[in-house]
Amino acid sequence: MATEPAIAEPTVPSLVDRYFTRWYKADVKGKPCEDHCILQHSNRICVITLAESHPVLQSGKTIKSVSYQISTNCSRLQNKVSGKFKRGAQFLTELAPLCKIYCSDGEEYTVSSCVRGRLMEVNENILHEPSILQEKPSTEGYIAVVLPKFEESKSITEGLLTQQQYEEVLVKRIHAATATSRASRGITTTTAPTPPQPARSVC
Amino acid sequence: MFPLTEENKHVAQLLLSTGTCPRCIFRFCGVDFHAPYKLPYKELLNELQKFLEIEKDELVLEVPNPPPKKIRLQELEDGIDGIDNLSQNGEGRVSVIEDGSIASKSSNLNVCNVCLGILQEFCEKEFIKKVCQKVEASGFEFTNLVFSVSFPPQLSVREHAAWLLVKQEMGKQSLSLGRNDIVQLKEAYKWITHPLFSEELGVPIDGKSLFEVSVVFAHPETVEDCHFLRAICPDCFKPAKNKQSVFTRMAVMKALTKIKEEDFRKQFPCPPNSPKAVCTVLEIECAHGAVFVAGRYNKYSRNLPQTPWIIDGERKLESSVEELISDHLLAVFKAESFNFSSSGREDVDVRTLGNGRPFAIELVNPHRVHFTSQEIKELQQVNHFMTWKLSCFRNSVTELELLIVFLFLLLQKINNSSNKIQVRDLQLVTREAIGHMKEGEEEKTKSYSALIWTNKVIQKKDIEFLNDIKDLKIDQKTPLRVLHRRPLAVRTRIIHSMETRYVDEHHFHLYLKTQAGTYIKEFVHGDFGRTKPNIGSLMNVTADILELDVESVDVDWPPALDD
Repeated sequence: MATEPAIAEPTVPSLVDRYFTRWYKADVKGKPCEDHCILQHSNRICVITLAESHPVLQSGKTIKSVSYQISTNCSRLQNKVSGKFKRGAQFLTELAPLCKIYCSDGEEYTVSSCVRGRLMEVNENILHEPSILQEKPSTEGYIAVVLPKFEESKSITEGLLTQQQYEEVLVKRIHAATATSRASRGITTTTAPTPPQPARSVC
Repeated sequence: MFPLTEENKHVAQLLLSTGTCPRCIFRFCGVDFHAPYKLPYKELLNELQKFLEIEKDELVLEVPNPPPKKIRLQELEDGIDGIDNLSQNGEGRVSVIEDGSIASKSSNLNVCNVCLGILQEFCEKEFIKKVCQKVEASGFEFTNLVFSVSFPPQLSVREHAAWLLVKQEMGKQSLSLGRNDIVQLKEAYKWITHPLFSEELGVPIDGKSLFEVSVVFAHPETVEDCHFLRAICPDCFKPAKNKQSVFTRMAVMKALTKIKEEDFRKQFPCPPNSPKAVCTVLEIECAHGAVFVAGRYNKYSRNLPQTPWIIDGERKLESSVEELISDHLLAVFKAESFNFSSSGREDVDVRTLGNGRPFAIELVNPHRVHFTSQEIKELQQVNHFMTWKLSCFRNSVTELELLIVFLFLLLQKINNSSNKIQVRDLQLVTREAIGHMKEGEEEKTKSYSALIWTNKVIQKKDIEFLNDIKDLKIDQKTPLRVLHRRPLAVRTRIIHSMETRYVDEHHFHLYLKTQAGTYIKEFVHGDFGRTKPNIGSLMNVTADILELDVESVDVDWPPALDD
């Protein structure tokens, strides 16, 4: 095989690109830049992840902790599924919160399901090692696995952005930011800080 | 020659007078040798009447006079002619009795009140011929057969009633009659019909034959005969999902063993009343027991699924391993359908090399399982690589040898028809032997070879440590790619050993020996960190798997064959 550059691009599409379709939701729950990425497998299973543009993944951020306790009496860690038909799974609507990410700068972010379906599992690895959320957001740093209903496996992505649409959103956002910064002669930021709002839990 | 003795006279007289046929009389008199049953019906009746008339003339007075012989003969012939209509219109033939004039006189010539015609016209050659025509039209090839009959359940009720009657009669003479002293209807029917079938079809009847001819009788007119049993013995008649009626033969038999004699007599006439028509033939069916063929296959394509790959009714790839193998077998054995099973399976993009993967195919309802040297010759012409000489088996060879040669040629044909798969060790096996293949599934080891990609630059020394890892325990969560159809679980699997071969700064070959049931792809890339540890985590890189081959499936079944 021919020699390849040190920083390798795989000769074949990556694992994610081979088996999954990337879907995005921008500004989840109206919070600027809190973009989510949903990886849908060809078998309809969805892996909920943070999009590259999410504030948590911007340089300088440090995650203090992650919590799947989304209200006083509901924790996603309690989710248990059994059998082939995954009985006992928590049902999630698009807006259902999955976890909260607390950053060292005091910011708090809520990750939502973005797709309707049943919760298969959450990623306990990010509880013990929050940094993998930032290092490998679209693989090992996933938030949760959701199984949509069979009959909804196509329709659940209807309200989501494709890769191309998402990239267009990012471009527009940069333009808007540049325009704002020109107008205000301030510092360019890609993240628009918003006061943390406690999210209402949907269990 | 006539089998009845003085002792039987009362019983015979009683039964005949209440409408029971001579053969059923024999049964109730415990005649347990075949010859008398096989006599022509007319002759039997004559002999029986002669026997009963010789003495005790006073008895004859109590019994309706036998009709003139002429009428009897005519009636019988009508009966035989009527058979043709039986299964066509599905209705019972209404016997001549219906038009009244003869009926009052000759109850003993009517449809038997116990066997409902089974030991009468359904023992006649005409009926046997009709069944044989069906058998011949079915297109099966066979060298022996097993014949099975199914009688309507109410026959057991009538049999019971007749038994009680005869028992009572014998009690008067201080004789006893157990249920087992009676010759079973099925037995008598077998004794009469088996030689006829054998003669007509030219093959022996053999209880072990895989070829089965089954006849199902019904008697709509008397269906309600068994209904009273339900009220008395509701436990015996619990509805079941896949039963059309609760009144199965087994349930009726069970109820009959439970019911008290006096209760039965209150509810059901002893002797049973005479029916108008004989049984109808519900179905005549032929079936051949499944044949099982096993072997091993290699798969050389990364675009070939093991089984047809169909999503939403749409085919993803045009062929599959199972079809490439089974299509030939289906055609040759003229089977209705097949069931393919194997020792594990590989993904569509995985090759299976080495000695191949054990598989077995059940050929359902094969229409032929015997092959001639002519067919072998034909197969040989298809096959370019054959070194067999026809003279090898032109001399007298056993059927088994023919079959072995035949399967070998068939194997060559399968192998020549596709370069995507190859088959070896093709052989006929028993259903039980297939268990060996499945047993090995979890316990045995499997060997693989994988081409690995790493995101970081690697040197030879970076991968050498993998060679030293022995019996590594890994925890695998059900891979995301199969999670939609399998339960979520964490399974511990063992990687027995690994061997590496460096390729370049981003690639190496990894040979693995693992416990069966290990998901290899996931062990390499980690499946979002859901398999731990994995090659990526062990090497502290991002790893991906570019190619995977199964090198061996260590199940020693089916036995390897020499050429």
